Amino acid sequence: MLRPSSVGDFKTKAILAISLLITGCPKSDKIIGEEVAKLTAPPEVPPPITRKHNTKVIVHLEVLEKRMKIADGVDYTFWTFGGTVPGSFIRIKEGDLVEFHLSNHPTSKMPHNIDLHAVTGPGGGASASMTAPGRETIFSFKALNHGLFVYHCAAAPIGMHVGNGMYGLILVEPKEGLPKVDREHYVMQGDFYTKGKYGEQGYQPFSMEKAIEEKPTYVLFNGSVGALNGDKALPAKVGETVRLYVGNGGPNLTSSFHLIGEIFEKVYVEGGTSVNRNLATTTVPAGGAAIVEFKIDVPGTYIMVDHAILRAFNKGALGMIKAEGPEDKIIYSGLISERVYLPEGGALPKTPEAEVRIAKSLEERIRMGQTIYEQNCTACHQADGRGVPHAFPPLANSDFLNADKTRAIGIVKGGLSGPIVVNGESYNGVMPALSLTDEEVANVLTYVYSAWGNSKQTVTPEEAAKVKPSGVVGIGQ
Amino acid sequence: MLHVLTLAFIFFTAHANQIKPRLVQIPGGELKPFWIAPTDITGEQEKIRIPPFHAMNLPVTNSEYVDFVRANPKWRKSKIKRIFADPSYLEQFASDLRLKKEIHPRAPVTYVSWFAARAYCESHGLRLPSLAEWEYLGAASETKADASEDPDYLARLIEWYNKPPGSGPVPPVGRGKPNYYGLYDLHGLIWEWIEDFNSSLISGESRTNGSIERELVCAAGSLAGGNKENYPAFMRFAFRSSLKGTSTIRNLGFRCVKGERNE
Repeated sequence: MLRPSSVGDFKTKAILAISLLITGCPKSDKIIGEEVAKLTAPPEVPPPITRKHNTKVIVHLEVLEKRMKIADGVDYTFWTFGGTVPGSFIRIKEGDLVEFHLSNHPTSKMPHNIDLHAVTGPGGGASASMTAPGRETIFSFKALNHGLFVYHCAAAPIGMHVGNGMYGLILVEPKEGLPKVDREHYVMQGDFYTKGKYGEQGYQPFSMEKAIEEKPTYVLFNGSVGALNGDKALPAKVGETVRLYVGNGGPNLTSSFHLIGEIFEKVYVEGGTSVNRNLATTTVPAGGAAIVEFKIDVPGTYIMVDHAILRAFNKGALGMIKAEGPEDKIIYSGLISERVYLPEGGALPKTPEAEVRIAKSLEERIRMGQTIYEQNCTACHQADGRGVPHAFPPLANSDFLNADKTRAIGIVKGGLSGPIVVNGESYNGVMPALSLTDEEVANVLTYVYSAWGNSKQTVTPEEAAKVKPSGVVGIGQ
Repeated sequence: MLHVLTLAFIFFTAHANQIKPRLVQIPGGELKPFWIAPTDITGEQEKIRIPPFHAMNLPVTNSEYVDFVRANPKWRKSKIKRIFADPSYLEQFASDLRLKKEIHPRAPVTYVSWFAARAYCESHGLRLPSLAEWEYLGAASETKADASEDPDYLARLIEWYNKPPGSGPVPPVGRGKPNYYGLYDLHGLIWEWIEDFNSSLISGESRTNGSIERELVCAAGSLAGGNKENYPAFMRFAFRSSLKGTSTIRNLGFRCVKGERNE
């Protein structure tokens, strides 16, 4: 007894068999049967297409306007394709006929449309898909060219629709398919413009001024700070070849996409046919894409960044791949030793004695401490002491910090590496030792304790002098 | 006890101060149509003269619409011809003359088609505002007749346009502050039908420069246009361009005006 789906399969096979009999191979542009595309939310990618023939692919994509987290404690109204930023990943095959259904949820305020860069024809679908709230539009196109393409909303004012997250990727596989790899992930960059500055708490509306001036508040992978960090880091194993489908929605910035500690053995440049090899950084233009592939040789955490590096440090453009597996000390030794360096000729060149300033009051200690903080600490712990989720722990309102002053002094003097838990979140990073005088250690810690809801403890240079540099792995676990 | 009394008093006054629907006299003036690019070499923008007219101070409410369909059975939910409205026409009505229980009678009537909105206005000897008239009214902030280049005002509008309305029932009319002319709810509550909603934007593609869609060039903010930084106006244009005469949408209502048409 055949089930209905098997009947369909059987029919398809029969047709295939017949066409094989006639032509010797499946006719390249013949559309056989139909199927509904399975879309995936980032960072997932639909499985490779195994069918050898072309088919009619029915795509259902729903527009949802929804409030979501853009950073810890910060909400933003995103306009989305499929409820996520970036939107659902679409995977089809060169020569397929796509019947595209764009629906706009009845609770939307705006009309939306879609321009798929994989479409050949005016507007790329946009002129056929303007969709009011509570309606659906349908159009179809034939995938003439293979490649990795961006899709986005093109309704006026387009900068706001794209700026609110209305973009995603559509992969048109070549007829012969893509070479097999062990893992595939979906990563897409976008720049965001909020009224408040980076990390400013609460609901943040879109800022037209910042968007027009192209001064983003956030530059993000997959729509929020920390979307690919910590528990959400992309997994991999040593020995595996990983393929990333990288997109850039913009609206404004071009990405200098880089994975720290890896070399892309293969880059399908800008998502097209041309393959470049052995790149460390590749350009992904706004409204463009790239396919990158690399083999993981040693375990550890690989950080992906936009190598326009202030975007990574200060605006959130940071994600992670966590690779597990055996070490290979030949490929990468890690730290072998660390010791005193004495240049030839012995004594240091004499420099004029800098005037050592000693804080004369608590206020002065805090003020001087703030300067030291701004010079040494803000890059990781941020100017507001809130740190970066899953990467750098917060100093603001920090249970770890307030629990133990002596430990804090030791860490400032000697650095820290290994797992710790701060305010219920775990961190596993490295803080370098800072070469500060005891006076400076006292000042910076007194400042940190005085700020952001901390315990207002003071640290004196004498106390700082007594504590040995820490740097113990796994402290506080 | 005193507190209870105070509260009761406040409640009572708030209720008593419920804004009464009326027609407000709107002085004539000029509108800088942002959707028309400067036509001569001086870059001087053509202006549209708006003769004086009258406009409803509030959008038409559900309860007013119930009265309309009571008197005009062919516009009832069960009687409406499909060529005049989509199937979701009067979705907020439980039956022909009754609202669903969560729906506020003083909420603006929505899920009405352009045909239905026109018929309502005609039944009162009124008409829908033209594009130019609505934009003339909509340019007013609480204190200025033309705030279309006031960055604070635009930022506030963008904040509203940006937020999805959510799935709860639409709130009642007249809760905010009146604008310069004494009109309520032009922004911040619902979208509103206009008479010539489909005259300026023909396609939904915002970047085209085909001949038929020349005015869209400006809507894309791409060439010489009016105020390219008036994003709220672009959004209204995009919204209108997505409509058909039969469209019935959850946050689209209307108000009527009276007076000679200028165009």
